[in-house]
Amino acid sequence: MTLKFDPIMGRYVHVTLQGRQHRVYFEEAGQGIPLLCLHTAGADGRQFRHMMTDSAITDHFRVIAFDLPWHGKSTPPDGWQDEAYCLTTDAYIEAIRTVRDALDLKKPVTLGCSIGGRIVLSLAMRHGEEFTALIGLDSAAYQTGWYDSSWLHRPDVHGGEICAGIVSGLIAPQSPTVNRWDTLWQYMQSGPGVFKGDIYFYRVDSDLRAELAKIDTRVCPLYLMTGEYDFSCTPEDTMQTAERVWGAEVIVMKDIGHFAMSENPLQFRRYLLPLLEKIRAKCSL
Amino acid sequence: MSKDGAFASSLAGVVERLPELVNGDVPLVRRGEFLTADFMIEVGSRAHYVAIVNGRIATLVPGPLLMRSWSFAIRGSEDAWRQFWRPLPPPHFHDIFALAKRGEFRIEGDFRPLMTNLLYFKALLAAPRALKREAHQ
Repeated sequence: MTLKFDPIMGRYVHVTLQGRQHRVYFEEAGQGIPLLCLHTAGADGRQFRHMMTDSAITDHFRVIAFDLPWHGKSTPPDGWQDEAYCLTTDAYIEAIRTVRDALDLKKPVTLGCSIGGRIVLSLAMRHGEEFTALIGLDSAAYQTGWYDSSWLHRPDVHGGEICAGIVSGLIAPQSPTVNRWDTLWQYMQSGPGVFKGDIYFYRVDSDLRAELAKIDTRVCPLYLMTGEYDFSCTPEDTMQTAERVWGAEVIVMKDIGHFAMSENPLQFRRYLLPLLEKIRAKCSL
Repeated sequence: MSKDGAFASSLAGVVERLPELVNGDVPLVRRGEFLTADFMIEVGSRAHYVAIVNGRIATLVPGPLLMRSWSFAIRGSEDAWRQFWRPLPPPHFHDIFALAKRGEFRIEGDFRPLMTNLLYFKALLAAPRALKREAHQ
């Protein structure tokens, strides 16, 4: 019998973040231009497994996804039991740059979704010269809240069930049932309070509307891809952001919600592959 | 009956199909097995009172009813519900919170039963999408 293995390899790397030791889990597949992927709030790097098993991508790109501290298989720092997890812009940027350097990724293309889509805007503002291209999925400088995040972490509500229930509506109705529930399963597995701690970053600590002029797309190209069914970061939110960033390109994805790479990988690749090809062509100039 | 009246009547008919749609869905009933709660659905000006016992719809009673209590209510215009119940709803009409964000739905009352059983209630409320009736196509 021939066994089927995914070409994905996972390891842990030990790094110092916020002055404390962290054991960070990452997975990777493929070879070529480094493509660093940033997962959504309350989830982990598994969201990118379809990209890592797509030879049209991995023949040309080394796809790497790490789990933020507290997420997935990355362990929270010692003493976590007495803390309330809370992601900040500075901590998020430090984690991305530290992991990138630890894995010796030279000027990676970086693709982030949701909170990852927000942080790529900050990366573009502060460190654009360190990246070959930045891709924000469901990316906007700001978006209006639509639920009370205190429901996400309280003892009388099951954390996994409520996190999945909240985000379930962000998946497009066209997305395949298997992929929908695979996406929700990851939310159901998130640690208590982690999604809520990420939402602090999203809602409170990263209103970037006043800073968009700092982005220079001549230093680092910026591509913003948003699903038409995403009502958290709507296509209009993304377009309003792009209008204030000269040279930013917007792609609105049909039949897709908030979790493009995870909820409907086949539909997503219709938009992603031409973009990666374009980036690859620029790299070879 | 006027065209509008027939339309509203057919939407009420959709609501009244909820017990068979929900109680015949074994995984959905299992998802709600620890849920016993009363809530209210309002489609336009028509209210329906729904009593859930252990994940099954025990009663669904059209209003108006005097002095009937409920834990939470979900209210929307006829058009908003019609869009929501289309087999393939358009963007931002596909989820109760999407509609609430747009101001098309109002969710009021005690949110605890809803939030503790959110996947259940979302599936219950979307169940009429399985119906291919003229009223919501």
